[in-house]
This record gives sequence, structure tokens and C-alpha cells, in this order.
Amino acid sequence: VDENQSFRFSQWEEDPDVASAVAAIRSLLEFLKRDQSETILGLRENMTKAIQRLEETDSSVAVSSGGELFLRFISLTSLEHPDLSQCKNVMIERGELFLKKISLSRGKVGKLCHTFIKDGAKILTHSSSRVVLKVLENAAADNKRFTVYVTESQPDSAGKLMAQKLHNLNIPVTVVLDAAVGYIMEKVDLVIVGAEGVVESGGVINKIGTYQMAVCSKAHNKPFYVVAESFKFVRLYPLNQQDVPDRFKYKADILKTVKDLNQEHPMIDYTPPSLITLLFTDLGVLTPSAVSDELIKLYL
Amino acid sequence: MADSDGRQVDGVNHATDKDVKLQEIALAKNEGKELTKEEKQRLRKEKKQHKKNKKDDKGPPEKEKEKEKASVPAPSKPATQSPAHKAAPAPVHASESAAAAEKPAKSKAELRAERRARQDSERTSKQGKKEGGQQSASSKPKATPNELQPVVKRLPEHVQVDDPAALKKLAKKLERQQVPLRSDYGYKVSLFSHLHQYSRKSPPTLQISIPATVIHPSIVRLGLQYSQGIIAGSNARSVALLHTFKQVIQDYSTPPNEELSRDLVNKLSPYISFLSQCRPLSASMGNAIKYIKKEISNIPSQCKEEEAKGKLQACIDSYINEKIILASEAISKYAIEKISDGDVILVYGCSSLVNHILCKAFEKQRKFRVIVVDSRPRLEGREALRRLVKKGIRCTYVLISALSYILPEVSKVFLGAHALLANGYVMSRVGTSQIALVAKAYNVPVLVCCETYKFCERVQTDSFVSNELDDPDDLIVTRNGKSHLENWQTVKSLGLLNLVYDVTPPDFVDLVITDLGMIPCTSVPVVLRVKNVDQ
Repeated sequence: VDENQSFRFSQWEEDPDVASAVAAIRSLLEFLKRDQSETILGLRENMTKAIQRLEETDSSVAVSSGGELFLRFISLTSLEHPDLSQCKNVMIERGELFLKKISLSRGKVGKLCHTFIKDGAKILTHSSSRVVLKVLENAAADNKRFTVYVTESQPDSAGKLMAQKLHNLNIPVTVVLDAAVGYIMEKVDLVIVGAEGVVESGGVINKIGTYQMAVCSKAHNKPFYVVAESFKFVRLYPLNQQDVPDRFKYKADILKTVKDLNQEHPMIDYTPPSLITLLFTDLGVLTPSAVSDELIKLYL
Repeated sequence: MADSDGRQVDGVNHATDKDVKLQEIALAKNEGKELTKEEKQRLRKEKKQHKKNKKDDKGPPEKEKEKEKASVPAPSKPATQSPAHKAAPAPVHASESAAAAEKPAKSKAELRAERRARQDSERTSKQGKKEGGQQSASSKPKATPNELQPVVKRLPEHVQVDDPAALKKLAKKLERQQVPLRSDYGYKVSLFSHLHQYSRKSPPTLQISIPATVIHPSIVRLGLQYSQGIIAGSNARSVALLHTFKQVIQDYSTPPNEELSRDLVNKLSPYISFLSQCRPLSASMGNAIKYIKKEISNIPSQCKEEEAKGKLQACIDSYINEKIILASEAISKYAIEKISDGDVILVYGCSSLVNHILCKAFEKQRKFRVIVVDSRPRLEGREALRRLVKKGIRCTYVLISALSYILPEVSKVFLGAHALLANGYVMSRVGTSQIALVAKAYNVPVLVCCETYKFCERVQTDSFVSNELDDPDDLIVTRNGKSHLENWQTVKSLGLLNLVYDVTPPDFVDLVITDLGMIPCTSVPVVLRVKNVDQ
């Protein structure tokens, strides 16, 4: 069953419009439906193993956070029915509900954030984020005029992809070098980035280069906004860059094959909450300290 | 008492009974016996009556005033009372004579008032001969019945030593509970004149008669241990307090016609006042006391005494177990995740929790070394050093003045906390905020470890408003046989300041590890809210 499931998962992942976490949760739901265990405890164990398996395939933070939240959400109901199949049905129902909720979350974030983009604004963004794209789409649909600067974001040149998508939306866009962030900062009015994970302190984990951008924007006193869905909230608390676990920093296949990680380039970095102005989530517009409140509500 | 007896024979006949009873009460008080509830009630009634009489008739005749002034001798001032308090007795005295002198028009009440004043003066003169400053202080408020409130309010969190009215209230409350009032010592720096400053050489236990009948002996012992610094440290003090309360509950027996749930709480109040006279209560102790009082008042009335006592003791045991012992296990579990191999960890002073974490991490085969920072006059770091070295952990020891020298080597700072305030500020041993500030400047992460039972509803943004002043004589150091500060009291412009706590803003703290998990400093009010909902 594991192999089938990871195969299905990678199929879903290839759909470019779906967030990897959503794909993960979808496959977890499928797994739940096909699960054969006899007890609730066995079910939970299988689910945990499945999540681990998924993390091995795609080591992003979002998959791990999405998986854990999914598990919590479905088991947070009163599972007092003596019959296991009834319990399972309840869990599956809640799983579908969860999936529906998070598929809508991107739209909610877009609606919240686009009002912060004023007419004539110059926006800087980093790498390719589907949520940021949605926000800019909503703003453009609102007949606002703005220009966007996107960083190239090596080593995978994801920024160029983002520029292409924005071009298709008829938004004026310029691609800048990663090294030119400090140079361009004085021209822009605000910075909007996506996130792969939002941590307990209110900081974010995102594509490498985000931290640099945050430091520059702080130095220039430009607002630094992060847009993220709520399923990206994760129970990590990094103190600094070194404290982020290795399994998130590098791609899954690299972790398996390479011995000396010092020679590898990390794919993500950690931005501390002191550099972030506001976070836009489907739970509302939050300050970094409010993230911890939300997390306590979700997890405790 | 013979004189007043003779005078009473002259008085009105029907009032003799009452006077005899009053005499008995006065006698009991002089011998330091605990007043029975009836005696206390009678005393209160008499005072109320007198107050009412005084209110009824204004316009005291001059003759009576002078007579009262002559008959009331100046109460002997004890040597230990500080000059600041000399101002307080003077106005008190004036009002006392005025009150006693306001003659009611009715003859009965008038004579009763006279008799009361005379008895007060007799008592004062008698007590003046006896030793113990406590008696004098108690006679002062006794002689001003017009300032007595029937319901004594709890002293507010903000101690106001430079406010004579607040001091009087405190003295009255302590006198009512038959707890000795401890007097301040030495010159206080003006910024901190609103706080108490006691000398370790004169604990309030000196003013209690042996054997202690009003205050339970184990409480007396605990108070002495607090005031001499034998038991120090937030957790140690709370645990000692709870164990002592267990003993108190064990020895308690419900008086007839009383309910355990109400009487026991009333019994505990004088003990708590006494302990706070020995050393101001910490936030953790305050929370523990709140919990116990709640548990006691929740005892159903039909519960038998033995059963109730057993239940309370089990409650206390489970509180200690859950909130302190198990909490430290949970905190160690989280904290060990944050300790990686090759770390250089800086600790300050002696926090039982931080020491426990480091020992546990060492057992789990983490490779790290520790730098212990210490400061005068307590030099608590030496105790921490002893404990860590005994375990086999590699340690370095520096004084706080060398902080900026060693910080470049440090990878993490672990701090303990005395209390976490509702606005996210951390209250801890003095010097902690300094360490957090310098660590921030060097970009070293600062982790504070604190159990949730130390979270407190108070809000404070500076270390002045509410703090503790320790014995200033601790700062006197003898080097090569010379102690330059020995006669600091003779120098008028010199003040010695020995602060105990300081307050660290949340911007300097990166992470707080509690038994609920790892939270940022700004989330303390959320935890408080969640806890209140739970209860």
C-alpha cells in the first residue's frame, strides 16, 4: 500500500497548481480510506508511518506540517463509537472537510492581502510562490496598477517561472539578480513573500535568500509581508539558521545519497519574527507574536 | 491591674461584667495566648461601640482632653524602629488623645469611653515595661479605635513603606492576627524607599514567645529559614511552604461550631502574614497559596475531618508532583532538543531547573561545556558549579564583570526565572537582564526555563516598582582584615543597595521553555488565559 500511495502522491505533486501539502493530505485521505487496521491505535500508527513515508519522498516543511495537522484534525473528534468502521467514517468525513477547507485557504489569503497593495505600488517578491501569485492576481483584478520585481532565485531559477506567470496576467514584471536585492530595495514600497513553513516563534522558513531580503527591508524600513495558509504552521522553534533540522534544508534524495552535507547548499533559510511586519493567513492578518497564540489554539 | 479594679468599683454597677470580661481579654493578650473567637468578637464590638459613640457626639470639652493627655504616657519606642517611623507615632498620638477625649453626652457611654481609655493607658504602661517592640506597635493602633475597619483588606501587591497610612493598616492587620511587625533597618536609597529593608540579624522569630502558641511552630521554623537565607530559590521555598502546610493541616483540629473549609483558611492567614514578614512572598508561593485556599474552600461541609485532611494532603502532594517535579521532567525533555553537540552553554547563578536540565542532557550523552557566571554578594554560582562538576560536566567559572569577555565563545544562554509576568517580562535574580542584554548584542540566543506555576498576573516594566531589598550589610566585605564599609551607617550620604530581583524585557529573550512546550515570551498571557479556562 505504501508504494501505491507514494506513487499517487508524486502524481498529484506534478499538478503545478496544487500545494505539496494539499497533495500529501489528499493521499493521506486515500490511505485512510484503504486502511485495514483493526484498532484506532493501529490506525494512528499506520498514519504516522505514512506521513514519514511522504516526508521521505518530499522533504518540505509543508508536507510535515500538513500531515501532522491532518492527523490532529481528524482525531480531535469524539471517537466514542464502539464500532471501528463508524469511527473511521467519522474520521474520513473530517478528513474531507479538512481538505476542502485548505483548498479554499489560498483564496482567502488572496482576498485578505490584496487590499494592502496600493495603486502605483512597487512590489518585491522572492522566488515562485503560488499564494503570492494569487494575491497579485486578486489585486490586478481589482484594477490596481503596480509593478513587480522578482528575484531569480538560484539554483533552480524559480523566479523566472514566476515572472512568466505574472507576464501572462499582464502585470509589468522585472527579474533581478539575487545579489541585487540590496540595490533594488530603495525603489520598492513593500516586500511580499510566501512561506514553506511558519514556525512557533512567528518566523518563517522559505526559499534560501528570504532572510537576506528581510534584513535588507528592515534596514530600509520597508514593510515585509508573508503570505501563508494555516496548514503551514509547524511545531518547530529554531533559534538560528543552524537550528533548522537538516531534513528540511536539503532535498530528500540528497539526504539519502550524500555523506558530507557541508558541501551541499541548503534550499531554505529561517527568517526570525523580528524582521516580519505582518503575516497574512486564512485565519486572519496576524502579527508574528499572534502566530504562537494560534498555534497554541491549534495544538493544545 | 489592681488600680483599674479599684476605679471600676466606683463606676456604674451594670457595666462591671463587661469590664471584667474586658480585663480577661486584656490579660490573655498580654500573655500572648490566642484569643478565642468570642473574646475577639467582644473586642470588636467594644471598638465598634466606641467608634459609634465618638461619631454621635462631636465637640470634646477641653478639660477631658487635658485629663486624657496627662493620663496617657508616651509609649516607649523600641530601639529597632527606624527614624522614618518616628513621624508616624506622633500624629497617631495626637489623634488618640483627641479620640479618647471626645466626650459623649450620655453618661453611660461617656464613662465607658473613659474606662476604655484608662485601660488602654494602663495596658500601654504595662507593656512599656515588658520587652519586645511588638507590644508598643500594637498599643499604638489599639489606642486609635477610630481608624479600625471591621473588615481588613489584603495588603495590595505594591508595598508602600513610605506611606504612613499603608504602614498603619499593615501594623493594625498584623496586630489583629497577633503576628510580630518587623521593622526596617538602615538608610534606604530614595528610589527604593517604598520597599522594606530588613536586617538578617533581627528576624521576627525573636519577637515570638516560646513556645509559640499563636503561630504553628513549623511555620516559625520555616520563617526563620527564609529570613536567614537557609532555604533560597523559588522552587525550594514553594516546596518547603507546601510541606509545612501539610504539617499544619495534620495538626489542625476543627473547633466546635466551625466549618473546616472556612476556619482553616482563616487559620492560615496569620501564618502567611508572618512568613511575608520574614521574607516577602515569591510569585510561585503566591500561586501555591491561592491553590491551597481554593482547595480548602472547596471541601464539602459534610466531609469528615480526617477525610478532609487526607484529601488536602493528597492535593498538596499532587500539586508538588505535577507542577514542580513532573514539570521539570517535561522541560528537560524539550530543552535537551535544543542542546546540540559542541555547544557552549552559559548559565547564571543557581537555578535548580537549569541544573537539572544540564545534568539530564549530560546523561543523554550530549557533548557540551558550561560557563557559570556568578555575582556578589550571594555567589550562588558556586553551588551550581559544585553540582555540575560533581556530575562530570566541564565547567568554567567567571564573575559577571567578565561577561563581554567570554560571550563570543558562547553558543546559548540558559536562564532560570523567578516569575514570568503577564506582559512577557521575566523576573529573575538581579543580573539576569544584564546577561540577556549583552547576549542580544552578541546575537547569542537566550532561553528562559520556567514552570507554568510561576506565571503571574502582574504587569511590570521596570525593576523599581516591586522588588526585594536584601540586608545591606551583606555588601560589606572584609579583605586583608580591613572592611572599609563597616561603619557605613555613620556616613549620612552613603546608602548600600542590595537588590534581589530584576526584570528582563521580552525582546531580549528568544525562547521560553515551559512544561506546556516552547513558547515565545509574548505568549505568556495566552498560557495564563488557557490556564484560567482550565480551572
